[in-house]
Amino acid sequence: MIAMELWYNLVDLLPFEWAEPGRMLFMKNALLAIILLAPIFGTLGTMIVNNQMAFFSDALGHGAFTGIVIGGLAGFLQPMWSAVAFSLVFSVGISVVHHKTRMSSDTIIGVFSSFAVAAGIFLATLGGKSFAKLNSYLVGSILSITPSEIGIIAVILVLVLIYWYFFFNRLLFASINPVLARSRGVRTFWLETLFSMAIAVLVTVSMSWIGLLVINSFLVLPAAAARNLARNQRQYHLIAVAISLFSGVSGLIASYYTETASGATIVLITAVIFLLTLLARRRSA
Amino acid sequence: MNHHGINVTRACEGPNCGLCCTRIENLGVTIGSDTILSDVNLHVHCGELTAIIGPNGAGKSTLLKAILGEVRHTGSLKFLRSSGVRKERPIIGYVPQHLNLDATSPTSVLDLYAVCCSKSPAWLRIPDKVRHKAKECLSRAQADHLLDKRLGALSGGELQRVLVALALEPVPELLLLDEPVSGIDQNGLEMFYNLLSDIKKDYDLSIIMVSHDLDLVARHADRLVLLNRTVLASGTPREVMASESFRKIFAGMS
Repeated sequence: MIAMELWYNLVDLLPFEWAEPGRMLFMKNALLAIILLAPIFGTLGTMIVNNQMAFFSDALGHGAFTGIVIGGLAGFLQPMWSAVAFSLVFSVGISVVHHKTRMSSDTIIGVFSSFAVAAGIFLATLGGKSFAKLNSYLVGSILSITPSEIGIIAVILVLVLIYWYFFFNRLLFASINPVLARSRGVRTFWLETLFSMAIAVLVTVSMSWIGLLVINSFLVLPAAAARNLARNQRQYHLIAVAISLFSGVSGLIASYYTETASGATIVLITAVIFLLTLLARRRSA
Repeated sequence: MNHHGINVTRACEGPNCGLCCTRIENLGVTIGSDTILSDVNLHVHCGELTAIIGPNGAGKSTLLKAILGEVRHTGSLKFLRSSGVRKERPIIGYVPQHLNLDATSPTSVLDLYAVCCSKSPAWLRIPDKVRHKAKECLSRAQADHLLDKRLGALSGGELQRVLVALALEPVPELLLLDEPVSGIDQNGLEMFYNLLSDIKKDYDLSIIMVSHDLDLVARHADRLVLLNRTVLASGTPREVMASESFRKIFAGMS
C-alpha cells in the first residue's frame, strides 16, 4: 500500500532506534494506528462523560467480549463480524430495557454486564477448554495490528467525523434536557440508541488491540481530563483529542522501552494527565 | 418595535392573536396503577399568564408534560385559532425547571444556543452569523452578556433568562414554563416575572406556568389554577385565593 510506504518513510525520520529504515514495521504500524484511534476515542468520549455513561460503555466492552467468544465458538470465518453483531444487539438490548422499565440505569447495566462476562467465560471454557487463548483480548496488543486493519480504522475515523458533524448537536441537546430536546423535534431514543451502537462497534473492533481491561479508560479519561480545563464544547473536543493523541503516542513509545503492554501504559499516562488537570482546576477555582 | 428596541415578530396576524386559546378537556394521566390527573378542564387565553399552583405531587409538572406530548393522556387538547380553525399542534416554547448538567460541564450559553436553534456543530468553530443570531435571541431576555459563560457558572436567575430567550425562538404560540423550586433569589424571581409580563405584552402569546411562589403569582398572573390531581379552583388570583379549597391546601401559609 502506497499510504503505508509514505508513512514508513515519514517515521524513518524519527530519532528512535525502532524508527530506522526497514526495521520494526510492527511498531510503525502501531504508531499510525494509535494516531488514528486517538481522535475517535477522544471525540466519542466527550459525550460518554457528558451523559455519565462511563459504566455503560464499560458494559459494552463486556458484551463485545462475549461476542468475540461466540464468534470464535461458532467458527465463523470472521469472528470479528459476529462479535460486532452481538455487541450491537447487546447495546440495543440495554437501551430498550432501560427505556421500558424505569429501573435505575446502573442496576440494569450491572445486570447486563455481569451476564455478558459470565456467559463469555462459560462458553469459552465449555467442555474443559482453556481460557488462555482469550487472554490477548483482555490485555490487548496494538503491536499485532496489520496494515489492512489500519485501513479499517481510517474508515471508522472518517465515519465518526461525519456522524459527529450531523448528530452531535442533537446528542448534546438530548443530554442537556431530553424533554426540551423532544419538544423541538429531537427523537432522543433513536439518537441515543444509535450512539450506543457506535460505541459498541468501536469497542468491539478495537478490543484486540487495546484490551478489554483498559479500553473504557481510552473513552473516559481524555474527556474527563479535558473537562477540568475546557470552558466550551470546542475547547472540550480539542483538549480531549490532544490528550488522547499525546498519551497514545507517548505511551506507545514508552511501552517499547519499558517492555509493557501498550494499552495499559497509555492509560497510565492519561491518568497522570487527569490528575494534573484536576490540580490545575483546583488552583484556578 | 417594543420598548427594548428590538423588532418583534408576532405570533399573531392582525389585531387578534393567531392562537386564540388552548382548551384542555377531561384530561387524565394514569401511569401504571397511579392516577396522577383526572378530569382536568382548562381554558387558557391568549395574552394571559395562567399560573398553575398546588401542593407537592399535585401533578403540575405532569400536566405540562401532557401538553407537550411527553406522557400519554386521555381527554383532549385543542388549540383554537381566532379564525376558528383547529390547529392540532401549535408552536410550543418550553422552559424546563432545570438542566441535567453538572456544574463543571464545558457547555457555554452559545453552545446551548447552537444545539437548540442552529445546525452549526457546537464542537467546531461557530460562525459569526450564528453567534450574532444567538446574541440577538438572548437580548430578548436581557441575557446577551452571558453568551460566552459556562451554563454551570450561571446563577439560577441567569439560567432561567437564557432558557426563556431560547423558548422565544421561534416565537411560540404557547409558552410553557416550569418554574424552579429553588436556586433563584427573591430579586431574581421578581425580575423573571417582570420579564414574563413584558413577553406577554410584546408577543401576545398564551403562557402557562407552574409556580411555587404564591406571593408573586398573586401579583403577576392573570389567572390562577389550583390543581391537586384535578382542577379545584380557577379564575382570577383574587377569586382562587378566596376559595375554600385554596384555604384548605395552603392553610397557615402566607
